[in-house]
Amino acid sequence: MEIFLLYLRVFATGGTFCLIGQILINKTKMNTARILVLFLSIGVILEATGLWMYVEGFGASGATIPIVGFGASLARGAINGAKIGILPALTMGLESVAGGLTAVIVFGLFFGLVSRSRTKKM
Amino acid sequence: MMNKEEYKKHVSKTCPKTKEWRTMLLAFIVGGTICMIGEGFRDLYTEVIPKFNSTQVTSLVTITMIFFGSLFTGLGLYDKLGRYAGAGSVIPITGFANSVVSPAVEFNREGLFYGVMSNMFVVAGPIIVSGVVWSVLVGLIYFIVGVAV
Amino acid sequence: MSKKRGKQTYVIDTDVFIKNTATIAGPLEGKGNFAEYYDEVLENDSWGCKSYEKTEIKMRKNVIDNLIRKEGITEYDLDCIMGGDLLNQIVPTAFSAREFEVPYLGMYEACSTFGECLAVGAMLVDGGFMTNLLCSTSSHNGTAERQYRLPLELGSQPSPVCQWTVTGTGAVLLTNTGDKQPKIKSVTIGKIVDLGIIDPSNMGAAMAPAATDTIVTHLRDMDRKPEYYDMIVTGDLGKYGRDLLHFLAKEEGYELANVLNDCGSMIYTDKQRATQGGSGAGCSSLVFSSYFYKEMLKGNFRKILLVPTGALLSKISSLQGESIPGVAHAIDIEL
Repeated sequence: MEIFLLYLRVFATGGTFCLIGQILINKTKMNTARILVLFLSIGVILEATGLWMYVEGFGASGATIPIVGFGASLARGAINGAKIGILPALTMGLESVAGGLTAVIVFGLFFGLVSRSRTKKM
Repeated sequence: MMNKEEYKKHVSKTCPKTKEWRTMLLAFIVGGTICMIGEGFRDLYTEVIPKFNSTQVTSLVTITMIFFGSLFTGLGLYDKLGRYAGAGSVIPITGFANSVVSPAVEFNREGLFYGVMSNMFVVAGPIIVSGVVWSVLVGLIYFIVGVAV
Repeated sequence: MSKKRGKQTYVIDTDVFIKNTATIAGPLEGKGNFAEYYDEVLENDSWGCKSYEKTEIKMRKNVIDNLIRKEGITEYDLDCIMGGDLLNQIVPTAFSAREFEVPYLGMYEACSTFGECLAVGAMLVDGGFMTNLLCSTSSHNGTAERQYRLPLELGSQPSPVCQWTVTGTGAVLLTNTGDKQPKIKSVTIGKIVDLGIIDPSNMGAAMAPAATDTIVTHLRDMDRKPEYYDMIVTGDLGKYGRDLLHFLAKEEGYELANVLNDCGSMIYTDKQRATQGGSGAGCSSLVFSSYFYKEMLKGNFRKILLVPTGALLSKISSLQGESIPGVAHAIDIEL
């Protein structure tokens, strides 16, 4: 039962982020890059203001899988770095998302080489 | 001929509209489902690799989701999903992977160097740049506040 | 007597025949409304080429070859190859023309290029400068989407007003000798009209004012009623753009409802989800060279006014916040 509730919370949280994004697409004609930047920024702000722990506590992967989670990790890394010194404050944000960035570049290169784009089907 | 203002008013009044409720519902369902799949991987990794801590598992889940986002882009399936799901497939981290892999795939005929590598971030570039700038800003503010206090 | 009528219309008073046509259509177009009218339908988008750009070049070369063969002439009989497409530096047109030892004129006016070619070509033949002139235009979904919009594999949601770039090419041969083929009787060169539409997916709305201006000017210059034509057919306004044209022409006092249609709205079936319909430089040339030309030869249409429409935007102009200028030329084709 507990696991069912957890997955329900994940579904609802992730779904809500996407729902807000869809409303923005419908109302403002924002494109992919703008939507992603906006949600990344929301994640950064939530983490920097200390609200993120509640969102993640409730939504688990529903909060970390959307790009807001990526923004939150960036901010968390920077905040942790700031406790050590000025240099880590500047660099540890990127360090905390290094896994995701590395993956996206390596997979991007790999699939860029092995696959080719197809015209869309109607 | 009509003047610009009248014409713009007429166009915005008569222009075909997106089926908002349908797209919102689809975005919610698809976005939620992708997140549940992520949670599934988290449970799996926590079970299989018990010595990883929560941060490491999160990182591994992110990498896994990026892999699948890239794979489905490479197979030519992610754009079909995006057509229906809209933000539901953009906002999850798989959408970020799609925004990197799709130009990489698109430009592979222009060669490895000036094609794939140069163009990989034509869509996702703003995300990386704004992410880095945000992290520097947050780091600086916290550092200054920390020193002051 | 001057060949000019009114402000923008030129009467072609010698015979300028559209002697023959050739077409190659993409796979989705081959499942559309005019499938049986196309000379050749591609089985897939790439046609064995390494890139879609190369596919488009191959389509252009083959359509010219086919037309020459159908007509039973050689390339040395041609005075000029004239044409255009949607890509930067009109690469498919120029690169296909390098395969022929024929003088070349490249034209660019986005989706209205076919109208520009027919208008200029008809005048060149009428003026006695050329006797065999080949006009062709093309577009390919894979190359145009990539240049004007986003990577093909990016999972973005199509706008409800967007159109589908047609994969296809049509070529026509203009000559001064012919038999029962359709003739170009007059042409109206259109003005650039821009009523401030900014959304680059809403091309129908951007082009409808230009189409209206050209059609109304043509009817006034020639002192004709819309009913003079069996059909007034625009290039690629799409369904919504066609409705806007109807609305705008009504404001000017012309009721087009009975004669108006649009190549882009006609090319796909309703089951194909092309949203507003087809678009692209290949749209009007493909539909005219197949459906309209063959129906005219059968005598089912006797007089049509072909009005290819173009939206003259680039990715950079949109990013700089410029609105989208539209243009259209009217070609009066009669049996």
